[in-house]
Amino acid sequence: MAKYVVKRVLLAFVTVFIICAITFFAMNAIPGGPFNTEKALSPDVKAVLMERYNLDKPVGTQFVLYLQNLIHGDFGVSLKTGREISTIISDAASISARLGGMAAVIAIICGIVLGSFAALMRNKLPDRLIIFFSTLGAAVPSFVLATLLLLVFCIQLKWFPVWSSRDPSYVLPVIALSLYPMAYITRLTKTSMLDALSQDYVRTARAKGVPQWKVIFKHGLRNALIPVITYVGPMVAYILTGSLVVENIFTIGGLGTQMVDGITNRDYPLIMATTIFLAILMVAMNLISDLIYKLVDPRITFK
Amino acid sequence: MAEEKKEYLLEVKDLHTSFTTDSGEVQAVNGVSFNLREGEVLGIVGESGSGKSVTAYSIMQILAENGRVTSGQVLYRGEDITKYSKKQMASFRGKKCSIIFQDPMTSLNPVFTVGNQLMEAILLHTDKNRAQAKERAVEMLKLVGVNEPERRIKQYPHELSGGMRQRVMIAMALACEPDILIADEPTTALDVTIQAQILELMQELQKTLGMAIIMVTHDLGVIADMCDKIIVMYGGSVCERGTADDIFYSPRHEYTKGLLRSIPNVNNSKERLVPISGTPINLLNMPKGCAFCSRCDQAMKICLEEKPEELALSDTHKASCWMNIKQMAEEQAGGAKA
Repeated sequence: MAKYVVKRVLLAFVTVFIICAITFFAMNAIPGGPFNTEKALSPDVKAVLMERYNLDKPVGTQFVLYLQNLIHGDFGVSLKTGREISTIISDAASISARLGGMAAVIAIICGIVLGSFAALMRNKLPDRLIIFFSTLGAAVPSFVLATLLLLVFCIQLKWFPVWSSRDPSYVLPVIALSLYPMAYITRLTKTSMLDALSQDYVRTARAKGVPQWKVIFKHGLRNALIPVITYVGPMVAYILTGSLVVENIFTIGGLGTQMVDGITNRDYPLIMATTIFLAILMVAMNLISDLIYKLVDPRITFK
Repeated sequence: MAEEKKEYLLEVKDLHTSFTTDSGEVQAVNGVSFNLREGEVLGIVGESGSGKSVTAYSIMQILAENGRVTSGQVLYRGEDITKYSKKQMASFRGKKCSIIFQDPMTSLNPVFTVGNQLMEAILLHTDKNRAQAKERAVEMLKLVGVNEPERRIKQYPHELSGGMRQRVMIAMALACEPDILIADEPTTALDVTIQAQILELMQELQKTLGMAIIMVTHDLGVIADMCDKIIVMYGGSVCERGTADDIFYSPRHEYTKGLLRSIPNVNNSKERLVPISGTPINLLNMPKGCAFCSRCDQAMKICLEEKPEELALSDTHKASCWMNIKQMAEEQAGGAKA
């Protein structure tokens, strides 16, 4: 087990390094640069800037220099604002983590509960309602939903302010962000719950005299969760890194916003940092979900 | 008469079970009746789809969601358990009556340890605490011949062999000392050598623990030397019942005869086996007459039109076949003439 984790962590380093390299060279291969703005800089100023940020050196050398700084924990400064990249990322990540964390928890809990309930009420009214709304939730794009929520709750009902710089309300963005994964988990849980409840071991449990609720929540759910976990791992990573659309519509400056800003401004250090952060999160969540997988299903062996 | 009735541990009376499917109502069991005394071993034989497993599941009320008992009674010590509440039924299952299933590979929950699953029933049905339940689980595993029981209870089902898992199933079924053990094709999914071991084990346990057994199988060889009495089922009804001797040495229903001709036997090992021709009847569309008549060599006109009544051939032996009724009528007529 420990050996497996060490192996996976080492592999994760390789994965992150490869992502890092591809991003770095791809980003530099695109024509243009951070200082090619509408207002042309004088060649002298530009040359000074290029030298200061090592942009005048060959791309290979730049990459080596970047990695050297990275090893020392130095992500560099934003080419646009001059702020430390590490503070930009930690500020944005804390917002995204709060928003995404709430959305993920709500999506997982509601999804599993609704899915199990739909499975138990199969073909009855609650099941049909749940499946109808979860299909809707999975089909409506988040920008439509976010705009709709804004329109109804902020403008018509005035329950929440449209914008607040001090104390932004997370209610609507969390709803907008959690609806799709919640709908997906609901459908997944229902399907795998129905599958689990038709298995022989469920019949065995009933034959032993185990009460109905315990048959469902002990014998059924534990098995039904196995496919759900596979989905939840990457979903959490995705949700935590923030959604560009939801963040923009509700004007919350999370990681998604930073990444897109970085790309439009050709802010190389910011692009690199957000990419690395996302890659690490993705790899970590995959590892965690594999470990949870093992906890739930003893048949899985790590090699 | 009333006193004699009390002796029955389990009495199934005119049981009807059907399943609602997209293509219609499937009548899987059509009026099955039998009884079981304490410590008796009853064999139920029949081909796939004859309703033998459904009969067993109907007793336990563990039918699939689309199945239900439409009429009839199941009396346990004189009490009709079909009228039991869910709670009453839960304390009947596993405590008074247990069942073991055909496929030990899928019948144990893969995500819980053997010990957890064994202790579950013990904790539910007895006052034992966890430590005592664990002790009992180890004791049961020892009883069914599982080696190193202390280690086994910590293992998961996938770490055990098929035969071992079936032993665990048996241990689980018997942990609360039920009066009745239903074995639904307990050996079908196992290797031949393991089959013999499991049957031997069941016979041994029956002798030491004294529970009654209902042995459901399609394999006549399995029940030959184990059962006190046998019922043969076809198309959801009982076509013949009697002692093992009655069934094996003087079968009186064409279906039973066919079954016996289709199994290998030391005496006719050089002869070809004779299969029963035709296909099992369609339970969606039950014939008006005898269920077996479309496959019967001896079918008469009346077989198509009317279901034969069960006719007592001796104290223990009964069959539902027009041939016997005809024969008896002829004998009576002959007797009257003489």
